[in-house]
Amino acid sequence: MKSSVITFPGSNCDRDMDVALKKFGFKNKMVWHADAELPKSDLVVLPGGFSYGDYLRCGSMASKSKIMQSVINFANAGGMVMGICNGFQILVETGLVPGVLLRNKYLEFICKNVFVKINDKKNKYFKNVHNEILEFHIAHNEGNYFCTNDQLKEIEDNNQIAINYCDENGKIEDQFNPNGSIKNIAGIFNKEKNVLGMMPHPERMIDTSLSGEDGSLFFKNLINNLK
Amino acid sequence: MKISVIITLKKDVLDPQGKVIHQTLEGMGYDSINEVRQGKYFEIDTKETDNVKAKAKVEEMCEKLLANLVIENYKIIEPK
Amino acid sequence: MIVNEQVAIDHGLKKDEYAKICELLKRTPNITELGIFSAMWNEHCSYKSSRLHLKKLPTKGKKVIQGPGENAGVIDIEDNDAIVFKIESHNHPSFIEPYQGAATGVGGIMRDVFTMGARPIANLNSIHFGSPQHKKTKNLLRGVVHGIGGYGNCMGVPTIAGQTSFDSSYNGNILVNAMTLGLVKKDKIFYSKAAGLNKPVIYVGSKTGRDGIHGASMASASFDEKIEEKKPTVQVGDPFTEKLLLEACLELMAGDSIIAIQDMGAAGLTSSSIEMASKGNLGIEINLNKVPCRETKMTPYEIMLSESQERMLIVLENGKENQAKKIFDKWNLDFAVIGKTTKSKKIELYFDEEKVADIPVNALVENSPMYDRKWKKTKLPKKNKIKKEDIKHLKIIDVLKKILANPNVCSKEWIWQQYDHTVMGDTIQKPGGDAGVVRVHGTDKAVAASVDSSAVYCWAHPLTGGKQVVCESFRNLISVGAKPIAITNCLNFGSPENEENMGEFVECVQGISEASEYLKFPVVSGNVSFYNQTKEEGIKPTPAIGGVGLIKDYKNMINMEFKEVDNLVLVIGKTEGHIDQSLFARTVLDEKNGPPPEVNLFNEKNNGETLLKLIDNNLIKSAHDVSLGGIITAVAKMCIKGKKGININKPKYLINEIEYFFAEDQSRYILEINKKDFKKVADILNKNAVHFDELGTISENELYINDKTKVTIDELSTSNKSWLTNYMSK
Repeated sequence: MKSSVITFPGSNCDRDMDVALKKFGFKNKMVWHADAELPKSDLVVLPGGFSYGDYLRCGSMASKSKIMQSVINFANAGGMVMGICNGFQILVETGLVPGVLLRNKYLEFICKNVFVKINDKKNKYFKNVHNEILEFHIAHNEGNYFCTNDQLKEIEDNNQIAINYCDENGKIEDQFNPNGSIKNIAGIFNKEKNVLGMMPHPERMIDTSLSGEDGSLFFKNLINNLK
Repeated sequence: MKISVIITLKKDVLDPQGKVIHQTLEGMGYDSINEVRQGKYFEIDTKETDNVKAKAKVEEMCEKLLANLVIENYKIIEPK
Repeated sequence: MIVNEQVAIDHGLKKDEYAKICELLKRTPNITELGIFSAMWNEHCSYKSSRLHLKKLPTKGKKVIQGPGENAGVIDIEDNDAIVFKIESHNHPSFIEPYQGAATGVGGIMRDVFTMGARPIANLNSIHFGSPQHKKTKNLLRGVVHGIGGYGNCMGVPTIAGQTSFDSSYNGNILVNAMTLGLVKKDKIFYSKAAGLNKPVIYVGSKTGRDGIHGASMASASFDEKIEEKKPTVQVGDPFTEKLLLEACLELMAGDSIIAIQDMGAAGLTSSSIEMASKGNLGIEINLNKVPCRETKMTPYEIMLSESQERMLIVLENGKENQAKKIFDKWNLDFAVIGKTTKSKKIELYFDEEKVADIPVNALVENSPMYDRKWKKTKLPKKNKIKKEDIKHLKIIDVLKKILANPNVCSKEWIWQQYDHTVMGDTIQKPGGDAGVVRVHGTDKAVAASVDSSAVYCWAHPLTGGKQVVCESFRNLISVGAKPIAITNCLNFGSPENEENMGEFVECVQGISEASEYLKFPVVSGNVSFYNQTKEEGIKPTPAIGGVGLIKDYKNMINMEFKEVDNLVLVIGKTEGHIDQSLFARTVLDEKNGPPPEVNLFNEKNNGETLLKLIDNNLIKSAHDVSLGGIITAVAKMCIKGKKGININKPKYLINEIEYFFAEDQSRYILEINKKDFKKVADILNKNAVHFDELGTISENELYINDKTKVTIDELSTSNKSWLTNYMSK
């Protein structure tokens, strides 16, 4: 399986993602934001970080970079595109997934482990994941997912919510919502579910010595689903 | 009455955001820009009815909270 | 503008210093030259009050590749890998503007590290605030934490450990010390020593603005009247540009075109160009019209003294300019050839085709002033006798809960959750433990780092305090299973012109020297920050020690979480019952006098090294050093972290319960071992003459003392975790 990780000026989880993808069998290429062409890929990842310093709005300027037109075309043709954290913020700025990401409710950057419940498994990202609940890691200042009521209805009607923040037993309640997201949303799909944006970093959960191993589970499953 | 305040970075203070926005706009083809500076805009709806008093109060708010006078200036836009 | 003695004084120079400048130049300096002298000869750049004493510090060792004198220290961690590290203060700017002050402090220290070719792999910090009740404390704390996070998070470097303390002596003078570790290949370390004639001198990074131009030097009213509006003394950090600068520099460093590189920190272009020339025994010629400027009509004086951030100066091999420029263009950074190296041994500046400065380099460096300031020795205070009736009514659990909730002991999760501590995917011990640990990417090795200070001990007796901080750093590294290698120090003190403050400095340095010499834990980098005072009142002497150690196989790392029910808990090191200057004495008995606990370097080394042996033999399940709050506080934290309880039986020798549990005797650790390993462990401890007590057994979820007093771990955890969160949300 071939993957591409896009590096924007200010990306800082690009290497971590490269390590994770390779660990689970992807042949990964790093792609520079100023390139026009996307290498042939089965998966394109927009990594975490602070592209363009998060200035103006997170992800806004990266969404205008040269490579993004190719990424958008790739996604529109059904290609798998995954945006993690800042990558999710870039995805919403391009409009590939609906909504926006606002500043965390408590106005503070937050870095910790969280639990998320998988909402939909009829997609290539979560199909065949046995667990209902995963322990992931978040590190962000702007992960407070917001959309209009109409959008929310559409998202729910199409089952576009990918994962919700919850407790270790899968309870989705306000007190387990780290950033104020509507409906505890931690990640969403586009309508066709080939594009996934999520705040948690599975690439930081690929080793027992690190924060945990549920990221390994996610990546192992992902590459199998793509085969 | 509504009073507006614009807060900007002082003239010689580096504005990292403005700088990067400028570069991005240039990258998008807007090549005639000299400089971009980013600021903040506030609308304060006050119960005060006297123009002068209201302005004085907002000025105080700027000095005490809204602006960081070490690096920022403020400008009050008078109510019409 | 005409330069005279008064203008020199307005620049912070002393009369005799000005006379010396005129003598060295054999003429009156012009304003640009005076500005350069004032920047190079101020305390921050010249170390004029401290140099004499810093010479005493041990700086060499088998693992030391580079000691003090470069941008940062470098140590060998084998297999051609090296760690570059340093700590630096940004105290005064952080008090004026906490967010930007702290942010640019973090930015500055990271630049010091990547200037040497190392990719930063971990950040740490030591921050000290006034009393929690003081009206400024909360906002300063919030601003500093946001600033540290804002910069470090954006750079994508994990913040893995730190220290936060509160004391009213910092009410008017907070301390913000930032530390960075970087990883470099031993044969790819870059230095600031220029070499070769007619080599191009390159300016890269951000443009130069009027940021941070020396506050003191602005006192002269003869400049433009609107000087305040024109010359902000606070620098604004731009972490995004720094991230680009980091990537661009590392890309350039992969090749072989750099001869020397130096970041523009304090005193910007002035100190960077002069340091490179001085180390290379060369001259430098600069055309100031070539310096990329952000503002119009900047004068040579302003360009030379600007402290705009995110800039570097490079001496390049001839003919490599275009290749280098391509890299900086790619990263959208300024790149300009601004001058060349010369044989003149002078710094020569041109502006609008006129020579605007002409100063022999040695006049600025070798001939800079050095003072042997007067200082006062601190006598060891007399011990206090604790009156039995003062402690008779105390209930251990109540005291324990009070101590766990003390601002200087309580959990700092509210702070470190705001720092990205997991980016780069190698953080194997997060903040909140004895030391932060990151793996050396792609290897089995890991590096541990911690930062410590004990201002109360240093204040009570600077010599003992100085020793103690080094020992505590040593212990923190050993507690995670790392072999301590070297330290960096950030020496925060009051005014060197005050005999008492100067005495505190001299004796703390003496203590640091003795301990680091004995423990073979040399000082490889550091920084001195004087004048931390409001009016005549100096802060408590606060040397912060950043220690770095190596774990050869990261799977052998230890943390402080109790692991398993029925395991045994031991205390190693003798408990004498030293209560003076303990947190217990200060907060429960309200007794602020008396000597700090004695430091016995032999025991320190012996206990530490023996524990490392136990760890190497896989006999230790968890470990934690005993510090503030004594044995019971240390044990309670291990319970909280591991979500386990313990049955404690106080050993039956001499001292009473209160003294046993809350004393702050040094060189002690709490260890968890498996019952079946007890004999092996006891043999090793006995063979090495290490005293140990059997303290108790791990249980489910309660802390029991002598089978009669008990408390749930949840209750202790709440005491420990709620203070800071509540304080910040009020």
